[in-house]
Amino acid sequence: MAKTIAVIDYGMGNLRSVSKAVERVAGAHGKVLVTDDPELIQRAERVVFPGQGAARDCMAAISQHRLNQAVLEASRHKPFLGICMGLQVLMEFSEENGGTGLLGLLEGEVRRFPVGMEYAGQRLKIPQMGWNQVHQTRAHPLWNGISQDTRFYFVHSFYVVPKQSELVAGTTGYGIDFTSVIARDNLFATQFHPEKSAAAGLRLLENFIRWDP
Amino acid sequence: MLAKRVIPCLDVDAGRVVKGVKFVDIRDAGDPVEVARRYNEEGADEITFLDITASSDDRETMVHVVEQVAGEVFIPLTVGGGIRSVDDVRRMLNGGADKVAINTAAVFNPEFVKQATERFGSQCIVVAIDAKQVSNPGEPLKWEIFTHGGRKPTGLDALQWARRMAAYGAGEILLTSMDRDGTKIGFDLALTRAVCEAVDIPVIASGGVGNLQHLVDGVLEGCADAVLAASIFHFAEYSIGEAKRYMAACGVEVRL
Repeated sequence: MAKTIAVIDYGMGNLRSVSKAVERVAGAHGKVLVTDDPELIQRAERVVFPGQGAARDCMAAISQHRLNQAVLEASRHKPFLGICMGLQVLMEFSEENGGTGLLGLLEGEVRRFPVGMEYAGQRLKIPQMGWNQVHQTRAHPLWNGISQDTRFYFVHSFYVVPKQSELVAGTTGYGIDFTSVIARDNLFATQFHPEKSAAAGLRLLENFIRWDP
Repeated sequence: MLAKRVIPCLDVDAGRVVKGVKFVDIRDAGDPVEVARRYNEEGADEITFLDITASSDDRETMVHVVEQVAGEVFIPLTVGGGIRSVDDVRRMLNGGADKVAINTAAVFNPEFVKQATERFGSQCIVVAIDAKQVSNPGEPLKWEIFTHGGRKPTGLDALQWARRMAAYGAGEILLTSMDRDGTKIGFDLALTRAVCEAVDIPVIASGGVGNLQHLVDGVLEGCADAVLAASIFHFAEYSIGEAKRYMAACGVEVRL
């Protein structure tokens, strides 16, 4: 039987593109399962943790689906890929919604882009929406075959600030330089959307499917 | 740094691309999946589908189109046309659209934009604004929102409307000049710049593109965050790749 890749569905955002993209790269190597069942997540070989929307809504949805433990457990013990809010909620605290407590797996917080940032004389819009470069700050199996400073697709107004700089695996410039990728042991999490980042994104997902941390 | 986006737009009627696509090596010129795949290969940053289907029966067809494209093309997809309810938004997002563009329904029921952004998040709600210049020569420039393809005035000032939609949580504005749409003489740059300056959210310029310099002007003079064009890509006058290389040569940051 093919190995299972669980895409965690807690009702926040459109998982169809995530599951379709993972299915595309998994081919015969894995079965993609979109689920909110903690038991299935526990039994899966790999876990993808996406997410869109506001921090407070995401945290409420995770609790409502009784997924706190399943997510934390998976993020500690098996290949785990967080995407967008699936990166942010791993931190301790977000400025969003007047201050929101998060899962607290990683030390650090989530901040909003400052108002009034400029680049080359133009005011920078919030959310950052579009293709920006990711600077790989260290080697990682998930970067295999992806050139330095490749562009990926971002949509976000908040960014993570990890306390330990050794967690950073990628940075991006948007008025400020922010952490766009975090990696630790079996965990890799991106602020951008690999499932929407054309060939480079599919390559990253493929690397994740083959990753044996 | 963030790249300026180039977005081809496809008009879809009852599941088929219309406006006469003339790609030579596409088997079925009217198949949205094939056209989308081609644009993706050429380096499109996103694709926008405008559903111009008149009957509600055929609207379901659009959902299937989105499902098929989303299963094959892994870049952001926006769907506009006939989005009138929270349920319409949900159906398109579940089908695989990343964003929906709300146009007329926003004008008749502005609260709908608020409901949609609260329910699904700002990142997937685009407000489409069709504006026409209403000031006379010599007067300060003024634009008004029009509906029904530019035929019906609404009395709404375009800049005030853009600010209001941003305040209601819209994640992006798709701005079309009804004076320029279909003319191929370039964007209304004064309008584009005015709207870009009025709001903090990204603005996509649309309406009037006839050549590659127009795309550059939209970014450098109109200050647009993204440029949308239909016919110059449909008729294969230019490929998306050519457009982006030209823009890069003119100093615009693009994804190549």
